[in-house]
Amino acid sequence: MKDEVTREERIDNLKGMGCSRKRVEDARFTQGKGNYVDDIKLDGMLFGDFVRTPYAHARIVSINTEEAMKVPGVLAVLTAADLEPLGLHWMPTLAGDKQMVLADGKVLFQGQEVAFVVAEDRYAAADGIELVEVEYEELPVIVDPFEALQSDVVLREDLVGDGGTLPDGAHGPRKHHNHIFTWEAGDKDPTAEVIAEADVVAEESMYYHRTHPCPLETCGCVASMDKVNGKLTLWGTFQAPHAIRTVVSLISGIEEHNIRVISPDIGGGFGNKVGAYPGYVCSVVASIVTGKPVKWIEDRMDNLMTTAFARDYHMTGKIAATKEGKITALQCHVTADHGGFDACADPTKFPAGFMNICTGSYDIPTAYLEVDGVYTNKAPGGVSYRCSFRVTEAVYFIERMIEVLAIELNMDAAELRRINFIKKEQFPYKAALGWEYDSGDYHTAWDKALKAVDYDGLRAEQAQRVADFKAGKTRSLMGIGLSFFTEIVGAGPVKNCDILGLGMFDSCEIRIHPTGSAIARLGTISQGQGHATTFAQILASEIGLPADSITIEEGDTDTAPYGLGTYGSRSTPVAGAATAMAGRKIRAKAQMIAAYLLEVHDNDVEFDVDRFVVKGAPEQFKTMKEIAFAAYNQAIPGIEPGLEAVSYYDPPNMTYPFGAYVCVMDIDVDTGVPDIRRFYALDDCGTRINPMIIEGQVHGGLTEALAVSLGQEIAYDDMGNVKTGTLMDFFLPTAWEVPNYETDHTVTPSPHHPIGAKGVGESPHVGGVPCFSNAVQDAFRPFGNRHTNMPHDHWRIWKTAHDLGLHD
Amino acid sequence: MSRKMHITMTVNGKEEEFLAEPRELLIYTLRERLNITGPHIGCETSHCGACTVTIGGKSVKACTMFVAQADGADITTIEGIGGPDDLHPLQTAFKEHHGLQCGYCTPGMITRATKLLEENPNPTEEEIRFGMAGNLCRCTGYQNIVKSIQAAAAEMAAAKEAAE
Amino acid sequence: MIPAAFAYYRPTDMAGVISLLQEHGDDARVMAGGHSLIPMMKLRMADVPHLIDLQAVGGLSGIAIGSGGIRIGAMVTQSEIIADDALSTAAPILREAALQIADPQVRNMGTVGGNVANGDPGNDMPGLMQCLDATFSLIGPDGVRDVPARDFYEAAYMTARGDEEVLTAVTIPLPAGGYAYEKQKRKIGDYATAAAAVQIVKDGDICTAASIAMTNLSDTPIFSEAAGAALIGTSVDDAALQAATDAMQGDIDPSEDNRGPVAFKKHVAGVILRRAIARAWSRA
Repeated sequence: MKDEVTREERIDNLKGMGCSRKRVEDARFTQGKGNYVDDIKLDGMLFGDFVRTPYAHARIVSINTEEAMKVPGVLAVLTAADLEPLGLHWMPTLAGDKQMVLADGKVLFQGQEVAFVVAEDRYAAADGIELVEVEYEELPVIVDPFEALQSDVVLREDLVGDGGTLPDGAHGPRKHHNHIFTWEAGDKDPTAEVIAEADVVAEESMYYHRTHPCPLETCGCVASMDKVNGKLTLWGTFQAPHAIRTVVSLISGIEEHNIRVISPDIGGGFGNKVGAYPGYVCSVVASIVTGKPVKWIEDRMDNLMTTAFARDYHMTGKIAATKEGKITALQCHVTADHGGFDACADPTKFPAGFMNICTGSYDIPTAYLEVDGVYTNKAPGGVSYRCSFRVTEAVYFIERMIEVLAIELNMDAAELRRINFIKKEQFPYKAALGWEYDSGDYHTAWDKALKAVDYDGLRAEQAQRVADFKAGKTRSLMGIGLSFFTEIVGAGPVKNCDILGLGMFDSCEIRIHPTGSAIARLGTISQGQGHATTFAQILASEIGLPADSITIEEGDTDTAPYGLGTYGSRSTPVAGAATAMAGRKIRAKAQMIAAYLLEVHDNDVEFDVDRFVVKGAPEQFKTMKEIAFAAYNQAIPGIEPGLEAVSYYDPPNMTYPFGAYVCVMDIDVDTGVPDIRRFYALDDCGTRINPMIIEGQVHGGLTEALAVSLGQEIAYDDMGNVKTGTLMDFFLPTAWEVPNYETDHTVTPSPHHPIGAKGVGESPHVGGVPCFSNAVQDAFRPFGNRHTNMPHDHWRIWKTAHDLGLHD
Repeated sequence: MSRKMHITMTVNGKEEEFLAEPRELLIYTLRERLNITGPHIGCETSHCGACTVTIGGKSVKACTMFVAQADGADITTIEGIGGPDDLHPLQTAFKEHHGLQCGYCTPGMITRATKLLEENPNPTEEEIRFGMAGNLCRCTGYQNIVKSIQAAAAEMAAAKEAAE
Repeated sequence: MIPAAFAYYRPTDMAGVISLLQEHGDDARVMAGGHSLIPMMKLRMADVPHLIDLQAVGGLSGIAIGSGGIRIGAMVTQSEIIADDALSTAAPILREAALQIADPQVRNMGTVGGNVANGDPGNDMPGLMQCLDATFSLIGPDGVRDVPARDFYEAAYMTARGDEEVLTAVTIPLPAGGYAYEKQKRKIGDYATAAAAVQIVKDGDICTAASIAMTNLSDTPIFSEAAGAALIGTSVDDAALQAATDAMQGDIDPSEDNRGPVAFKKHVAGVILRRAIARAWSRA
């Protein structure tokens, strides 16, 4: 048989790793044929929705459901009293705390779920909600965590023992009745000593405001209890379907094999859909009670007010350096506002997530971090909004501290970074706060970025602008925002990372069909990342079958192998590795089959793109397609029929993607309006699986970073009312407010990942937020600005200018 | 007071007739009554555009219209714009240029873009950004959406030229 | 977000509208495009047991430009304003302002009548109409009457329109000179942090007439007669600009919201007005 196709053509035909394969998901989405949870319609399906409290802190005196029950179509109104006999009025949180499913005696934040109205349609449910009468007795509201730690007001009476004693929380001793935990990393006293003796110390306090992931699709579910065969099916917006199955089993008592959790198409997650919410529990209970399927879908106000806030970190830092600018120590204290319940979505042993990556990309010999978690009258959540477990906060902190130190040293901030970067030859690098960075080449990336934007030219232009401003020739200032970030993603090694005791491995199962196509199932779930496209590319390169012949399936716990889901940029580092490893098992068996078919020893054949060839005789080969067929039709001595493999991958370490970003911004001093003139983003995510998708992820992450840094917040008034509950006030930029981005890359493969990939989805958000913020602050540096808090909306920018006397 | 109304409307060329409460929102009529689930619900306050449909030749947000208002209307949704055998150039271009990620905004985005290109067949980047500003996307940062619309405009112009 | 149930009416003539208003009084509301009212109903902040849709009522559409002025029917949409080339020649400030309202889809539904009649201080058209010295035509059980835009607004959502009256048209004297509608907002779709409408007439180097109105800086639109007067007779130099903005500051009374505190809004109002005057002057 003559091979007409060149080796390059064979590689191209696979559409494997490194090519910008078009997405297989897009056909259905562009034709309106996606299948999101609210698209699910079942016979007899009921609708459930919540009565929510308007008060942020109140005792519930009484709940009267009589009038609501009279609304035609209303079938049930569930309250905590109904759930209590089932033990479901409270549920465990991911952070080791517990959370009310329905208000049990009191409410702790505005919008908290008080009763669940179940009706034949959404109209009856809405009318029923209006008629549930709840009598409240208002209690003092605390929205400030510092006040909470001083206040006599007890937010969580359930966590206070007899005589006012304070039993330990899930993360050790508590200092005050509104205190949740103290978490430390690094060396306290040595850090203090270095700081006390340092040439230069810069101190700064900063508030990383509360915000929200706000995917375009809100959270929701459909629960369907089939009483005939005892099976519960739960469709929902779950970023971790298997974990949801386990949680539902543990709290409901339904055996796990009788629960099927399905994540259909998900309209964006960004961390919002990691947690377990009262709506899920109430829908399950309502379906059990009524014997009918029950749908619950949040509206946008519910979503912004109650599920999954992010950030809300008050951070205070000290950074010490020699007078030449070599950093010698870093100290960080965080007061973390967790709201009414500690429902933060972090690996169990990390109540402040990976905040201890806050030494950033710098070789800092000594460091200490202390985080205090605090209860307030705000919504619970604490999710990783497009980041890996508080990495965004950590990177924001260090990238602001670097800027403040540069001011203290009267030094260029780009140069200060350069002289402190961890050097290429120092990897693997053990950081002072405990992590071992797997790989990096920061200097190369930084130099490439600064050259690409003509950094020196920009600084000269900025100096001219300042001179013109001072001469009264312009009212516009120019800011150059820099950021260099190192992420820590791919949670993670089971030895460090678990959620509710579930190790954070991930999985892939592959079945090769006789005719040379395949299906692979994973424990992750795409929310727009394009897994069906990229995981097939990994497999195509690993097993030599075209990506177009490989179906990727996720999200159905009855078929997919157990996995911990998609968040924290973990899909590529963990499930991507599992995919490669499962592919290698397939290849190993294929090698034996090929050798048998070619009548040579196993070691005498080698893999080449899409086939095994006899070493030294490449004209003798068997394609993977031929091998697949043989696996099913030939009796091969010593080899089982079939060609399947499964891999559960427990990564040996996290991966550490990094990047260098530069933002150029003009600021109208008189109105506070910023104009992003240029944004350059260099990302190093190791091996690049699909450059088109990487670039799309970078655009999206940067836009979310723009939103967070320039205006997006969940703001409360003193009474605990949410001031930003609709998209009029919660800032999601339109195409008009967003610039074009320039993307670039270097490639430093992860040494421990089977294909060297590190993950990229969250990098642009993590690196983008400080970059935008630094641009704003840099514009005012020549006039004495040190630090101002985000979000840099028009009035806060204006205030900065005003406070610096620039309006005089 | 809330008597059901007799409603007729044309959706994607098909006559529909049913009884509905006037307060039923058009987006629910489409999604739940007529099983046309391409248009989505994102914000419910007419900010996000996920529910965008075409009514009487104009782009409209179906979350902010009662079914009663749409009695007698001629409505086109993403399902009426193109299917497997007759894809609209925008549908092709969004895939070709990675103009979508999670796909939730996409039906509204493409439905709006069909009208934008009718109103202005050769828009500049700025005109696209302004003309698409009623549709929010959380995933793409818009850059590739703009690129997709530019590509579709070029494709449609070329096809028109070839036809003449 | 589901509104409370209501009865829906789609009368085909104004007599039908008026009789429904008379029958149901406070319980009835007329609706044009619905993009102000429907969100309020969905949030159950507006209770409307009887909803009267104006879409089929004759005589409420159309833009007529005559020597005496411009008549815009209440049901004319923002999109129609933008698309009307003759209107944009006769009164270009209307297109400039309409393009800064909401987004394309909302402009397809949002009407001039709804925008001016609702009394929402965030709406852009009321200030614009005050700047242009428009007259609003109202029809009610007692017949037709005209109310100057400058006398129409009493407080937030409170206007001179009676409960049984419907706003049918806006009439604008043909504007002369240069124009500008300048608006600062947080993003597309937002209400103004501050907005200024300016029409200005120039004779030689001297301003002979000036009309100025501000949006979202009080609980009503603010027609600042004093600000306009401060420009007349001047060459619109720095001193005149300062005098005009100072006069405007005396008329506005902004309140704090998510866009910022009062001091910020006042400062931005001054900046926006200066820019609007400068642009209008350059076009005069």
